[in-house]
Amino acid sequence: MVLLTRKAEFSSAHYYWNDAWSPEENARVFGKCANRNGHGHNYTLEVTVAGEVDPVSGFVVDLKQLKEILEREVVSVYDHRHLNLEVPEFAARIPTTENIAIAIWQRLNGKIPNAKLHRVRVYEMPDLFADYYGEQQ
Amino acid sequence: MTPASPNPPAAPALSQSAVRPRAYLSRRYHLSASHRLHTDAFTAEQNQAAYGKCNNPHGHGHNYIVEVTFAGPVSASTGMVCDLADLDSFARKNLLDRFDRMNLNTLAAFRNRVPTTENFTVEIAYIFAQFSAAQLTRVRIEETDNNSFEYSTPHAALTKG
Repeated sequence: MVLLTRKAEFSSAHYYWNDAWSPEENARVFGKCANRNGHGHNYTLEVTVAGEVDPVSGFVVDLKQLKEILEREVVSVYDHRHLNLEVPEFAARIPTTENIAIAIWQRLNGKIPNAKLHRVRVYEMPDLFADYYGEQQ
Repeated sequence: MTPASPNPPAAPALSQSAVRPRAYLSRRYHLSASHRLHTDAFTAEQNQAAYGKCNNPHGHGHNYIVEVTFAGPVSASTGMVCDLADLDSFARKNLLDRFDRMNLNTLAAFRNRVPTTENFTVEIAYIFAQFSAAQLTRVRIEETDNNSFEYSTPHAALTKG
């Protein structure tokens, strides 16, 4: 079993807001992230897949194919978009770094041929990132 | 920014499923400190042999990067493992105010221990284990771009014995 990691980048806008709360409660919990005009980040996505090395190709997965999957499933949907307003999974889920990692897992899980999704890591900035390993017991 | 208090009221409208997914949140903090690797248990020659240039009597310093990782269920109402402002406020008080721009050898934590980055990593694990909003799972310190040290914490909260 070998782990292989591919990076991708996307730049998106978001804000943090819970409709069940008053504006004051949103401001108290989310601080400046609750600004409804939104703000943005350059996100870095790291997707790690696990699989056996193919004896003929020497690959776990074809990196070009993995890049195309990330582009199709994630980057083309998230890049230069407003996550709250334009990406369906965040219509009713706050686009925190944690939830973005979970959403990307759900988008990619089962779509990578010959390998298992192992970890999704999303950097909101170099000093803040979230990891998701799927549903764990 | 004023840190928000924990446990805001839950918002059922945003819940994703019956089981809240568990995620890991990592935050990196930067601090600069000096140290000297030296133990009285060794002779001068043994200290030199063990620690080399790190045994320079006047010390030297590093720009340390402290990376802490917390695990927990993602709150249905906030989308977070823990409130980042609370964590930053905890780190300001318990990490940066105590260690940044300090000589590690002069601090109580290293009175009887050599301030290697291994020992620094374990000390920082004791500190962040006290942050109660999420479970500390790992501390990683980059001493330089080329050296890093990791300590994965047991499931039970660390207590200083």
